[in-house]
Amino acid sequence: MRTDVTTGGHDEVAQQTQTATDAGRFRRGRRTRSARKIALGVAGIVGFLVTWQLLPTLGIVDPRYFPTATETLAQLGEDVRDLEFWRNVGRTLTKWGLGLLIATVLATVLGTIIGLVPFLRRATHTTVEFLRPIPSVALIPLAVLLFGYQIQSALLIIVYASFWQVFIQVLYGVADVDAVARDTARSFGLSRGSRVVNLVFPTALPYLMTGLRLAAAVALILAITAEMFIGNPGLGREIVFAQSAGNWPAVYALVIVTGVLGLIINLVFRAIERRTLSWHQSVRGEDVL
Amino acid sequence: MTLYTSTVVTPRRPARVWAKIGENTLYAIGLPVILVVLWGIWATVAPAQFFPSPVELIEAFVETWIGPAFFTDVLPSLARLGIGILVSIAVGIAAGTLIGLNRWLRDLLEPMLEFFRAVPPPVLLPIVVVLMGPTDAMKVVVIVVGSVWPILLNTIEGVRSTDSVMTETARSFAVSRSERLRFLVLPAASPRIMAGVRQSLSIALILMVISELGYSSSGLGFQIVYFQRNYLIAEMWSGILLLGLIGVLLAAIFGFVERRVLRWYHGIKEVERA
Repeated sequence: MRTDVTTGGHDEVAQQTQTATDAGRFRRGRRTRSARKIALGVAGIVGFLVTWQLLPTLGIVDPRYFPTATETLAQLGEDVRDLEFWRNVGRTLTKWGLGLLIATVLATVLGTIIGLVPFLRRATHTTVEFLRPIPSVALIPLAVLLFGYQIQSALLIIVYASFWQVFIQVLYGVADVDAVARDTARSFGLSRGSRVVNLVFPTALPYLMTGLRLAAAVALILAITAEMFIGNPGLGREIVFAQSAGNWPAVYALVIVTGVLGLIINLVFRAIERRTLSWHQSVRGEDVL
Repeated sequence: MTLYTSTVVTPRRPARVWAKIGENTLYAIGLPVILVVLWGIWATVAPAQFFPSPVELIEAFVETWIGPAFFTDVLPSLARLGIGILVSIAVGIAAGTLIGLNRWLRDLLEPMLEFFRAVPPPVLLPIVVVLMGPTDAMKVVVIVVGSVWPILLNTIEGVRSTDSVMTETARSFAVSRSERLRFLVLPAASPRIMAGVRQSLSIALILMVISELGYSSSGLGFQIVYFQRNYLIAEMWSGILLLGLIGVLLAAIFGFVERRVLRWYHGIKEVERA
């Protein structure tokens, strides 16, 4: 128990410091965003594209299965003009959003209750430590049996995977309330409800946001996985279709699309994290020092 | 002083220690036992088609996995998982240190790395399969290309944020480059690296299963889907249970290694908290 709390804590510390440095980089970057950095970044992307173009052209890899960058980008340009493509993006994001929402609500409620009651914390510890590491893809066969390729099968897998990310963070966050602050609140006669709103919630919020950011990334991975291996309609299924049709530029184009989706989700959730925690030491820290 | 306290405390200690151990075990196994009993009752009162009773599950588990299947399906899967994880760690730390120490290299590669990290690893499977064929090496490569990113990016971050006072001190004391790496940069980055490894482990396990789903004729992932397609429900659940056990085992090994590697770090945290 004790060691687990410390490892969880240190993980969290690492993640919080990451937020801090991210925020610092952001601010410093805005102030002296050197043209050099941007130029190098662009050079990196261009270099990657050129390498990609040359590998199949020079015959280092088989051009049948490894189309050139230009072919893939042309295919991507075609995709973007196709309404069905956007419908598939919508289907994937619907699963992702619904799954993330259900997981977050469940995890926050359960995490808060269990985290605040020491008896429940101790009693559920082994159960949680056993259920948490089960890879959610192991549940794919079960999901297929129960729901076929309706959206519920994908949701089962997405919710299972992202639930633990949020739950563990909330569990630690709720327990992390500063002892002095807690005693002060008590001696000032704050009611239980007011203590939860004014003390527990602000303490747990950074943890919750970290959990939410991790869960958002995991939920996307499993939404795509479910589409690929269960066959729910969406981008993942399109990848499998394109692959069985031997349409490799389409496969690569869709891989890029999923990567861009992941990137956007990462950036959005990092921005949300900074926004909601603008009052917090880890984000504010560098200005004060 | 100490004499008094020790004489007062000693006689009570054994009893309390045993009570404590008893209490802890009760807490540890209480809820799982209750859940399994409830599950058993539920399965006998209202048998559901897709949910076997705990007894059936255990029988299926012993029958399916203890025996030749352990060597033909479980061990190869575990070996691929282990090799994949070790290669990811080695590549991630080596490349991460290199990129983290060179500013221009970092600026050059950062946008691409951010993109590759964001690509959901399972989509790489069709590509790796067609380029390499359905071999063992393919499965290991799938695990590596999926799970190397958290380690790589965390190592870059960790190396980058090495305390500058310490770096400069080491430099003024003319500590050689390799020694600086060994005694300053890597230890300073190790908490971050371990956080990255922790994320990678779960991705690697997912990819181990996925790499065996569609393009394989053996392995754990293949077996589970085979059982499901043939409506061998208890056997399918036993596979899920086995994957759960592997997950727990991985988490335990990681916890052990992490405590060893980061002992100094937890020590510092403890002192800071006290």
